[in-house]
Amino acid sequence: MRLLDKLRMRLRMLFSRKREVHRLDAELNFHLEELTAENIASGMNPMEARQAALRTFGNPILVREQAGDTWSWNRLERLVHNVRIGIRTLARTPGFAVVSILITAIGIGTNAALFTVVRSVLLKPLPYRDPSRLIRLYEHSTDDKFPRNDVAAGIFAEWKRQNHGFSELAILQSDLGYNLSASGGQLPEKVSAAVCSWDLFPTLGVLPALGRGFSETDDRPSASATAILGWGLWKRRFGGDPAILNQAIHLDAKVYTVIGIMPAWFSYPDQSVQLWTPIYHEINADEMRALDSHDFVVVGRLRPKVTETEAATELSLITARIHNQHLDDPYISKAANSQPLLNDMVGEIKRPLYVLLAAAGCLLAIACLNVASLLVARGATRRRELAIRSALGASRLHQLGEQLTESFLLSVTGGGIGLIMAQLVLRWFASTRQDMARIESIHIDGIVVSFTVVLIVLSAFLAGVISSFSIKSDQIVRALQESSRSQSAGQGRVRLRRWLLSLEVGLTVILLVGAGLLLKSYERLRSVDMGCVTKNVLTMQFSLPEEKYSQPVQRANFFSNLIERVRSLPGVRSAGLVRKLPGQGYAGDTSFSIAERPPLQTGQMQYAMVRWADAGYFAAMGIPILRGHTFDEHQWPGGASQVIISQSFAHQYFEDEDPIGKHLLTRVLPAINPTLFQGRHYGEIVGVVGDTRFHVSKDPQGAMYFPIYSGTFGSAALAVQSDQEVSRLALPIQRIVQQLDPDLAVADILTMDRIIGQSAMDSSFNATLLFVFAVFSLVLAAVGLFGVLSYLVAQRTTEIGIRIALGAQRDEVLRLTLLDGLRPAFIGLVIGLFGSIAAAQFIRSMLYGINPFDPAVFVCVAAILILVATAACVAPAWQASRLDPMTALRSE
Amino acid sequence: MGKPSDLVQGTLDVLILKTLSLEPKHGWAIAKRIQQVSGDVLQVQQGSLYPALHRLEQQGWVRAKWAETETGRQAKFYSLTAAGRKQLDQETANWRRLSAAIDLVIQHT
Repeated sequence: MRLLDKLRMRLRMLFSRKREVHRLDAELNFHLEELTAENIASGMNPMEARQAALRTFGNPILVREQAGDTWSWNRLERLVHNVRIGIRTLARTPGFAVVSILITAIGIGTNAALFTVVRSVLLKPLPYRDPSRLIRLYEHSTDDKFPRNDVAAGIFAEWKRQNHGFSELAILQSDLGYNLSASGGQLPEKVSAAVCSWDLFPTLGVLPALGRGFSETDDRPSASATAILGWGLWKRRFGGDPAILNQAIHLDAKVYTVIGIMPAWFSYPDQSVQLWTPIYHEINADEMRALDSHDFVVVGRLRPKVTETEAATELSLITARIHNQHLDDPYISKAANSQPLLNDMVGEIKRPLYVLLAAAGCLLAIACLNVASLLVARGATRRRELAIRSALGASRLHQLGEQLTESFLLSVTGGGIGLIMAQLVLRWFASTRQDMARIESIHIDGIVVSFTVVLIVLSAFLAGVISSFSIKSDQIVRALQESSRSQSAGQGRVRLRRWLLSLEVGLTVILLVGAGLLLKSYERLRSVDMGCVTKNVLTMQFSLPEEKYSQPVQRANFFSNLIERVRSLPGVRSAGLVRKLPGQGYAGDTSFSIAERPPLQTGQMQYAMVRWADAGYFAAMGIPILRGHTFDEHQWPGGASQVIISQSFAHQYFEDEDPIGKHLLTRVLPAINPTLFQGRHYGEIVGVVGDTRFHVSKDPQGAMYFPIYSGTFGSAALAVQSDQEVSRLALPIQRIVQQLDPDLAVADILTMDRIIGQSAMDSSFNATLLFVFAVFSLVLAAVGLFGVLSYLVAQRTTEIGIRIALGAQRDEVLRLTLLDGLRPAFIGLVIGLFGSIAAAQFIRSMLYGINPFDPAVFVCVAAILILVATAACVAPAWQASRLDPMTALRSE
Repeated sequence: MGKPSDLVQGTLDVLILKTLSLEPKHGWAIAKRIQQVSGDVLQVQQGSLYPALHRLEQQGWVRAKWAETETGRQAKFYSLTAAGRKQLDQETANWRRLSAAIDLVIQHT
């Protein structure tokens, strides 16, 4: 009953407040009139009666307020009131409002965007069942050089047979593709795919959206070929038609039955993979038994109550046992290694993302400081108003409330705009960073919105509280006195603003140094000598399907036809073939021994990177032949016995000896060269070529080149160098490929510059983003400096006028004012340089080829900062020195 | 003398509730009535009366209605709600206990 009454009361107080105010007035009036009437009745005349009544009654306004104070929703009413006042004051200074809102929007927007990325990519659990139990497993190489090496399938088989720690264990290989043959009027295309054991999807705990997953019987060499499609590929290529289930498609000219479609959200191992086939069916049994070819990824699901360490230790023991049984083969690892699957997927981007988030945090702090500083400045111009209001009885709390409401208004509007900006930024981010792991999972969710709300509240408080520091009740009187002649501003207020500025400048310096280091490191990266020509080189990839080109001779024929025709195209200077281009990654190594040397001791490892190329490759890529010559024309299947080594290889294994004419024994040779040397298959070193880099940021390694015309592989990259704009050649070359084989898809048509650009993408992205942040904060700091000094000069107009009138030199005035403005900049610079030393330490691992304390960067940043600060201070200082004393004195 | 602020905290509330327990009254009449009954000892100031009335109304102990006075004027009449009656009983009991206790102390020292 009472609750109901109270509720009704509350509603009435909320919705008909105006009427209640009227009623209160009427009630009090009635009382007053009764009082007057009583007085008249006791014999006073009406005038006297009313005055007496008023005297007894007291101040009606006060009574009204006191009665009103008991009402509910008073807080709300005050808030509405404050908001109204806030909007009004902001509207009165639209320039200030717009600038502050924009600054806040940029600060909050960048933070919301980066937090979204960090959360989606790093913090959110993987979208698989019970993802914390998923572990990525590695071999630990015997020489400790690769603690997280890929796993040999033979080792995996033993792990799977003997382990007790994992409920599921799956193996896969992802860097491969299939030619999806032309069908239904669509062009052939190369599709990124993964081969995986049948239990990969059960391990991840994912079911296909349509159809079924692989079964154990699909995952055998003898099974009929099956494939599972990714949602994207299914929608794009097959129009999302469920009828494709149990239908045949042609992959590499072989027939596969589509048995399932994965859900749209699913991606593993990365977004580009759109097709899965069973590994034991696809990869030959020898390779699946090999204990020392480290080519596979292994994922496991921990059994309940088993820890990662326990499980990994057991796998290490199993591996060590196998190692000890084959002591003659040092390439069999002796330990296993592990890490959570999430770490494996995002490990590399963790630090850069956190660095960017920290930078965004700095930017927001600078934005808040700037808004606070603007509020302080504006507070200063409203000083007299505030003092008068205080004198009239406005409480300090009340004023603080108003100030906070105002900064909340700014933050909320700025934050709202910032959130919209974040949405746009994220869309751009997702489209530029397709390569980043889990990029598809990035979107703004409830947590991000809450984070943004927290940021809004924090920045409002920061700005509001800092700026209201300067309202001190004991200053009221002084403010009123001071304002009687405004020759000097409240010193406290100016000191506060100076400190804010110093802090702002300090943070800016840190951002500038960080950006400078990353930019310089990026520039180093881009100017790295790849060991080959990168200008005007066009590359493209293709792979000849097994079915159609089963014989090495067929492949070699195709290669030679292609090269011949491409070379005869007008504009082509040279053309060559290679399996992996510089900048495209490590792509495997193999062990070798030198025939002219005594055999290696048991357990000693000697391996080098493997490349397959044709005779024209070195010329086409501008890789110098330092000694000997390139491959002979006759390096065809059955007779390919030549090897070319890189400079590093020569240096490492032959030192001062001449490697030409020496013989290498490696396991890749028996297949391509049936002839024997000293009773073994051999390769004769015919040339030494310059080093190339397999990744821009990695030093070159020793490499062996084998003749690609041996026809061992059907996949290759074509590299073409031209005198003219090389991309013009893309179409004619594609036409040649089409003429040779209409079903063959050409993929990744890229210039060499692009390939290196992609390989330096991370670095360019981080550098650019940090640079943008740094420029923003530099501008903010400059605006801050300019604002403070202009304000100071304006406040001191009279004083300066008097000085000049008394004979102060204008140069002296200029110098003094300038120094006044620059002091906070210098203090900030010192703070910032110290801060930068710490920050540089943090980004050390992101740098390439430069010292984190690179003096050039630090000096440069200091110079830029002083320059910008001076530029920001010169105008107001100049203005001060040019003051006309008469005008200045009259301005009061 | 007899300013309500001198009264024990909350006593004004009891006085108002008690005054209203017989029949609905407007503010002026409440003040008059308290003054009369107390033999002019207690003079309720308007500055306390109206805030108190409004507070009681917000609490749901009294209910207000606009009605005509005997002189034919519109005035705001307050009446006791059921909850208010309960509150009055409780407050009265409290007051009795308190004043008895104070009496005892005063008589025996």
